Amino acid sequence: MTKNITCVACPMGCGITVEIADNGEILSVTGNTCKRGDAYARTECTHPERSLATTVRVDNGMTNVVPCKSATALPKEKIFDCMKVINTARASAPVKIGDVLVENILDTGVNIVATNDCPVK
Amino acid sequence: MLNYDIVVIGGGPAGMAAAIKAKECGVDSILILERAETLGGILEQCIHTGFGLHYFGEELSGPEYAARFIKIVNEKNIEYKVDTMALQITGDNKVYAVNKTDGLIEIQAKAIILAMGCRERPRGALNTPGTRASGVMTAGTAQKYVNIDGYMPGKKIVILGSGDIGLIMARRMTLEGAKVQCVCELMPYSSGLTRNIVQCLNDFDIPLYLSCTVIDIKGKDRVEGVVIADVGPDRKPIPGTERLIECDTLMLSCGLIPENELTREVGIELDNVTSGAVVDENRQTSQKGVFACGNVLHVHDLVDYVTLESQTAGEGAANYVLGNVREPDYITTKGVNGVRYIVPQKIDLKNEGDVKLYFRVGNTYKNASIVVKYNGAEIIRRKRPRLAPGEMENVVIKNDVLKTFSHDGTIEIGVEE
Repeated sequence: MTKNITCVACPMGCGITVEIADNGEILSVTGNTCKRGDAYARTECTHPERSLATTVRVDNGMTNVVPCKSATALPKEKIFDCMKVINTARASAPVKIGDVLVENILDTGVNIVATNDCPVK
Repeated sequence: MLNYDIVVIGGGPAGMAAAIKAKECGVDSILILERAETLGGILEQCIHTGFGLHYFGEELSGPEYAARFIKIVNEKNIEYKVDTMALQITGDNKVYAVNKTDGLIEIQAKAIILAMGCRERPRGALNTPGTRASGVMTAGTAQKYVNIDGYMPGKKIVILGSGDIGLIMARRMTLEGAKVQCVCELMPYSSGLTRNIVQCLNDFDIPLYLSCTVIDIKGKDRVEGVVIADVGPDRKPIPGTERLIECDTLMLSCGLIPENELTREVGIELDNVTSGAVVDENRQTSQKGVFACGNVLHVHDLVDYVTLESQTAGEGAANYVLGNVREPDYITTKGVNGVRYIVPQKIDLKNEGDVKLYFRVGNTYKNASIVVKYNGAEIIRRKRPRLAPGEMENVVIKNDVLKTFSHDGTIEIGVEE
């Protein structure tokens, strides 16, 4: 079967066609204009992943929350479960950009890291 | 009165990139004025990733992208005043500003770089009928509530307008547990990036209704619902297609308007289509020594392009201050056949380098060509598999081609299907 997907690896948004055999093997990837697109298409058709960006509560910070992201992409089906974990986490000011706020979230091997500084109030 | 070689109005990505570039070009006396409490501009609340792929070759969040420039501003000891509002610029390049510690500040600048960014089109500008219930806000305002202040502005959301901020907020609100009922777009296409439709709407089964708009807002104290209706080719609601969608919040993502009050007041020539200043290839406006860059000049879809444009403006301002200027010999640029606008609007024929022209189309096209003509003669033709209003295009006019032009000519860019 063939699957038509839109690449989300960059803002170009290339339309990619993936040919998949009955046993799930990927036969061909066409329409992408870079290597990242090829990788995205293969992942999307076998085990879709998304990066996650959200916020973590901060105690004693200049702002109530500090932005964070998954250091690498997470399995797409675990995104909402990851949100639950992140929404119970708390950081303590000062937070520095790159600080690990949740380690190895849901045993995915992926850390949730701060994407901005949050100085003390 | 203070004296600076260059005053930069706005400390977002445009202002920082311009200031850094001007410093690298040899101008030491630079002051950035920023209205908010920190440098960084709107990037500070854009916590999603997708910034920097072109410029840094990696995918950063907004605050991370900003942080890289804030660090350089500090390392290069570029002066800045935060919490400071620029009030006026004058015809002799003075800047008036105000803040809590200095009071009213008068600054004589040799050059001014306008980098004030843009703001969202509000409900009042849309003339959406309905009650004055609370719960109607722009998507960017909601983004600040959630990402900076840390609270949810609503539980059941309708989003009007499918610009990128609206799409990003549809995902953000969904991740935080809200129910996004739908996104309505007046036009038959989305003005947002395709990838945002995929990863912000399709991933979460949020419906996108094209050629559809909000015609009434219901609710007394709080929004209780909105009436949406399909629109015809004339963009007027089609009777009989009205339906009520229950919601407590209506978010508006209906376009961005460059914030050009200072520019307009001093009489700098503005472009009716971009709502930004008319500039040359150095991003100099019609007032000598005043440059403009970033979203105050024209609304960009990628911050990476803002950075590049602002470096051009920063270099232009530095050259102006250092006296590396000549009397220009301008030709003009003009969008035709589906091209809405081109920036820069004029090019100095004495320019020593290549000139990149940025432009936007007014409709979606498949397998079309971009055709560049000088005084009617074709000079460049480029095939494009896809063209969309939401995605800025560019072509480069090589210097050897530029040198063949004579003054008073016009470069036209158009689409051929």
